[in-house]
Amino acid sequence: MNKKLLALLKQNARLTNAELSAMLGVSEQEVAAGIKQLEDEGIIIGYSAIVNEEKADDNAVTAIIELKVTPFKDRGFDDLAHTIMQYEEVDSVFLLSGANDLSITITGTSLRKVALFVSERLAVLDGVLSTTTHFVLRRYKEKNHVFNEEHSDERSLVSP
Amino acid sequence: MINYDEIIPQKIRDIQPSGIRKFFDIAQQVEGVISLSVGEPDFKTPWAARKEAITVLEKGRTAYTANAGLAQLRTEISKYLNNFIHVDYDPTSEMIVTVGGSEALDLAMRAMVQPGDEVLVPEPSFVCYSPIITVCGGTPVPIVMTVEDRFILRADALKAAITPKTKALILPFPNNPTGSVMRRGDLEKVAEVLRGTNIMVISDEIYSEMTYGGEKHVSIASLDGMRERTIVVNGFSKTYAMTGWRLGYCAGPQPVIKQMLKLHQYCIMSSPTVSQYAAITALTSCREDVDHMIEEYDMRRRLVVKGFNDMGLTCFEPEGAFYVFPCIKSTGMTSAEFCEKLIYSKKVAVVPGSAFGASGEGYVRVSYAYSVQHITTALSRIREFLEEMGH
Ligand SMILES: Cc1ncc(COP(=O)(O)O)c(C=O)c1O
Repeated sequence: MNKKLLALLKQNARLTNAELSAMLGVSEQEVAAGIKQLEDEGIIIGYSAIVNEEKADDNAVTAIIELKVTPFKDRGFDDLAHTIMQYEEVDSVFLLSGANDLSITITGTSLRKVALFVSERLAVLDGVLSTTTHFVLRRYKEKNHVFNEEHSDERSLVSP
Repeated sequence: MINYDEIIPQKIRDIQPSGIRKFFDIAQQVEGVISLSVGEPDFKTPWAARKEAITVLEKGRTAYTANAGLAQLRTEISKYLNNFIHVDYDPTSEMIVTVGGSEALDLAMRAMVQPGDEVLVPEPSFVCYSPIITVCGGTPVPIVMTVEDRFILRADALKAAITPKTKALILPFPNNPTGSVMRRGDLEKVAEVLRGTNIMVISDEIYSEMTYGGEKHVSIASLDGMRERTIVVNGFSKTYAMTGWRLGYCAGPQPVIKQMLKLHQYCIMSSPTVSQYAAITALTSCREDVDHMIEEYDMRRRLVVKGFNDMGLTCFEPEGAFYVFPCIKSTGMTSAEFCEKLIYSKKVAVVPGSAFGASGEGYVRVSYAYSVQHITTALSRIREFLEEMGH
């Protein structure tokens, strides 16, 4: 059951336990226990809204920053990743395979602030060899949710 | 001036536009409607089938096929039916690939029904049966199904409706709009009434893959003595989310299929070629997609049933298709009033049960071929509607 529960919550974390219990055909208690277990095991680490940042704040900018870094002896990339994680501007930090090493997303209140953050806070860190900043121009889909799509249902309103 | 009234026969002019159509016209006038009214899947056709269609177009396979459909497709349908309903049909003489289940229904009735014949139509049910029977000169005879009987066809109701003029019985299960299914035991009783008569069954099994609660669909054709008196109608629209591809099929005893094929040959030639190739892929490589869709429908079904029951609109537990059929009698409104008020005040479209026959009055049809998000939004608007109406 937890697998299905997780799939439903990933799509919409605001479904009530009553709704989840109906959909999964189990009791509300079982749903509550399932969620608790997923949380306790650290499988679910949090819940957050998927926000259309441009709508919420005209000036908001999101950037994806790719870093090339030199791993520290014995400690790999973790140290640097942990340092970067501490900045509250940083939304996510991933270690990647391939040409770049770390990928970071940042949401800031202006282009300038994001650019300054990169040059003054990230680029100067020990171990960072280079940074490449990509500003997000438009969001189409995030976490399986589609942005700004007025009517994607092409079906007629009523049909037999 | 030409007089069209003299040209168009009275019986054609008398055909009523479907109640669904009328309601559609209302729904379209209201801005920002969210709908729970469609009778088609929200899923897209499985990618493998779409890709096959693209490939077929690239290869330029754009000619007519054999009248009855591509031989390979018929072979696959035959295998599928053998496996799914456990009835053996000869792909070369007992099967036609049609333009949707719709054409198969039309062919079956035109091949069999003539003036003076009666055709039994259990109701509430899909809207096309009676008009076609009427055009053939036959008389549709409704058999009322009730919530007390889980909206199934009872053997005694069937027996009571049979006269010497009865030519055929439409067996529309899993049912649109009620979501009811006939389990093996229910079908056995109906079969018992029909064995030894000269009545044909037109079994509309278009929703046959969509049954919930563990038990699979049973076709009446698989029961003792019933194969010879049954035309099985099925198709790709619902199972594989292929409504727009317009592809279905029928299977049945050769003497009837042979006559139906003549009609098909003269009015259709052959069903859409690209769709037929895609359908082969659907049958051979899309099982996982179908299972996934059915699992989704089942989850939504439970959500919607609970939603209506919690609102105090009692909802019979549907076991098939993708509709629920809550009773709205407690609101004191007719189903048409309910639906119109709901659409004007809360912009939610559901279909009046009366569109599916007189016995659908007092109910509304709600489709759950929508995302969970969409469903929960619509349900909460219906809840507000009921609260505002003082329900
Ligand atoms: C009960 C029933 N039968 C037949 C059909 C016809 O489907 P198609 O012609 O797309 O196969 C429908 C479509 O809504 C239906 O609900």
